[in-house]
Amino acid sequence: MARPETNPDPAPPFLEVRSLTKYYPITKGFRRRVTGLVKAVDDVSFSIREGETMGLVGESGCGKTTTARCVLRALEPTGGQILFQTADSGTVDLAPLSRRELRPLRRQMQMIFQDPFGSLNPRMNLFDIVGEPLLVNGMPNRKERQERVAELLGLVGLRPEYMQRFPHAFSGGQRQRIGIARALALNPRLVVADEPVSALDVSVQAQVLNLLLELQERLGLTYLFVAHDLSVVKHICDHVAVMYVGKLVETADTKTLFYSPKHPYTASLLSAVPIPDPRLRSEGIELSGEVPSPANPPPGCYFHPRCAYAIDVCKTQSPLLRQVSPGHFVSCHRAGELPLQGIVT
Amino acid sequence: MGNKTDKEGAMVTLEGGGEPLLSVRNLKVHFPMDEGRVRAVDGVSFDVQPGQVVGIVGESGCGKSVTMKAILRIVEPPGRIVEGQIMYHSRASGEAGTSKVRGTIDLVGLAPNGKEMRDIRGAEIALIPQEPMAAFSPVHTVGNQVIEAIRLHRDLSKSAARQLAVDTFRDVGISMPEQRIDSYSWQMSGGLRQRAMIAMALAANPRLLIADEPTTAIDVTTQAQILRLLRKLRFEYNSAIIFITHDLGVIAQMADYVVVMYLGKVMAQGPVDDLFHNPLHPYTQALLRSIPSVQSAPRVKLPTISGSIPHAFNRPKGCPFHPRCTSFMPGVCDRDEPELKAVDGRQLVSCFLFRDTPEVANGQA
Ligand SMILES: Nc1ncnc2c1ncn2[C@@H]1O[C@H](COP(=O)(O)OP(=O)(O)OP(=O)(O)O)[C@@H](O)[C@H]1O
Ligand SMILES: Nc1ncnc2c1ncn2[C@@H]1O[C@H](COP(=O)(O)OP(=O)(O)OP(=O)(O)O)[C@@H](O)[C@H]1O
Ligand code: SF4
Ligand code: SF4
Ligand SMILES: [Mg+2]
Ligand SMILES: [Mg+2]
Repeated sequence: MARPETNPDPAPPFLEVRSLTKYYPITKGFRRRVTGLVKAVDDVSFSIREGETMGLVGESGCGKTTTARCVLRALEPTGGQILFQTADSGTVDLAPLSRRELRPLRRQMQMIFQDPFGSLNPRMNLFDIVGEPLLVNGMPNRKERQERVAELLGLVGLRPEYMQRFPHAFSGGQRQRIGIARALALNPRLVVADEPVSALDVSVQAQVLNLLLELQERLGLTYLFVAHDLSVVKHICDHVAVMYVGKLVETADTKTLFYSPKHPYTASLLSAVPIPDPRLRSEGIELSGEVPSPANPPPGCYFHPRCAYAIDVCKTQSPLLRQVSPGHFVSCHRAGELPLQGIVT
Repeated sequence: MGNKTDKEGAMVTLEGGGEPLLSVRNLKVHFPMDEGRVRAVDGVSFDVQPGQVVGIVGESGCGKSVTMKAILRIVEPPGRIVEGQIMYHSRASGEAGTSKVRGTIDLVGLAPNGKEMRDIRGAEIALIPQEPMAAFSPVHTVGNQVIEAIRLHRDLSKSAARQLAVDTFRDVGISMPEQRIDSYSWQMSGGLRQRAMIAMALAANPRLLIADEPTTAIDVTTQAQILRLLRKLRFEYNSAIIFITHDLGVIAQMADYVVVMYLGKVMAQGPVDDLFHNPLHPYTQALLRSIPSVQSAPRVKLPTISGSIPHAFNRPKGCPFHPRCTSFMPGVCDRDEPELKAVDGRQLVSCFLFRDTPEVANGQA
């Protein structure tokens, strides 16, 4: 269980995302004239080492799902590189690949979805849902598939007898397990999990987190883990990247990020964690204003209209992501000089 | 105070002694299926006082959503309320003058699509459903759907309803509400959709807001804002809230009173401070142990509740929690069903560990 402390190791990262951008056109009128761009993901860079977990956190609409889907090439990025170490053919940039070029790589990368209600076909039973990737990827024998599906259902804590049932007869938590079983069917190497436990209740969440950790150890899985529950992120992630309005504002190893955040936005995120003790009720740091739209972000630092520490330069100049200590990157003009608080020990 | 249980198992609560806004008594909702009868809700009782925030926690499939659907009378067939009462006390909320509903009504006795129920649904009791994706139609703009919902309950012109919708969108923290209101639900991110859902529920200014996992898919600062928003609403409008969540952190921060459910039954209920600082029921204790906390050590195995949740039509005999309970007493817990009893004058607990309160000890052979 002992894991190496962060060292700036020379092995090439398992996944390296460089200056990833994804813009959506804003169209007007029935001729769909393009009047602007939604910069859903704007110059995002991070890397993940094999067998580790990178957590991606941030406010709703900040581009986490878009980033995650670009990494898997479920979406076509507008720019940037996605350098992925494949099982057999070295490092490949996924960003420019065509659908056909991606096909042989697909089984190495799988996704667990945010919405357990929307992601399962209501007309397919569990055997078909979990067994479909097996069928598509060359396991035509029904009996063999049944065995594998039973095994996968067991792995995620569902009874194999449920195989003939349809998603509607399951509650939210049960459906999320179905999604995980399906994602694991082809023994992927990279699993992108978009809010995988946020629809689960606590004891099941604990089981799934234990399961994800165990699977990671056993199968050497690498996770990109999108979540809003910072307690969960702290529990499961080795590194964390914080996004705000399409940009990366801070990334560091988990301990550093939680105990000595250097970006004001990260500090306000940490203060908003609901503590499971009614005697410790707190309103957290009240952020004034609203999250800007990525279609129309403010000039300078995107966080400046809401930041208690903003100075003049913040209003005009966009801060660059810079390293404040080994492996700790912050995008703030005042990084290092602010009295920010992390998790109270 | 005097919490008591009468013969039928319908309990008499509560603090304050005022008339509750809603009293659910021994509610049972069953789904007859090919494989057997799903006892989704199997004898649930709790009260909601005016202005109170009641938090409901419990594992997947324990019947939280079905209980709420029963209250709103929107249980999908073949599901049916087979027993129990849902007493709605419209007077309890004060200004009965504005209400189309008078006095006390057992919602179970109303026709699900009758006029009375339609007057209550949305206007008196509003739901923020668990599936915001399913709640909005993909072919109409979110705004049109909110406007329609407003006009169903309020006599407003289209433009006035639109203005109200825009204002409510702004109230729930949606930026550029004039533009966002014309988008479709599938164009919105999860958090935005959730806010739009809340706006739709609030637009009719309900007395009881049922929030079914309202902050599940969104991040913490937005969650903090929505929780602040719901708290504000509760103080400004004296709306009561039934708050369903699996997040014990959110329950601790939000609820006045907590109901813990398991397999269609109430395991324990009581004031939030008692539930967290003096949990009596083995299930409540196990739940509290299994939460990852920002303070706990990373990447360690979390204590889980062993086994899996039996499906509702394979309900274990006796205490439904017995196959997973570390305090299981053979011959007792697997034979009879414990009833919800007042234990320390504050919490109600359904567990044989507490049967040595005199009335129960005598009652049990
Ligand atoms: N198909 C699309 N067309 C136009 N804009 C889009 C599209 N998909 C996403 N967006 C916009 O891109 C931004 C990022 O969306 P994304 O879903 O990645 O956010 P997120 O961080 O995953 O949010 P959440 O936490 O709510 O899931 C949002 O402003 C969203 O409205
Ligand atoms: N339409 C239906 N048909 C058959 N069974 C159903 C139906 N809806 C719910 N159930 C069953 O009723 C039980 C209670 O479901 P419910 O949706 O109330 O759970 P829940 O407590 O809200 O769970 P979650 O936390 O996962 O949302 C479950 O066992 C579920 O499988
Ligand atoms: S750059 Fe300025 S506005 Fe932005 S986070 Fe830092 S101090 Fe605040
Ligand atoms: S009744 Fe028995 S099995 Fe049920 S919670 Fe109490 S001790 Fe455990
Ligand atoms: Mg998302
Ligand atoms: Mg539910």
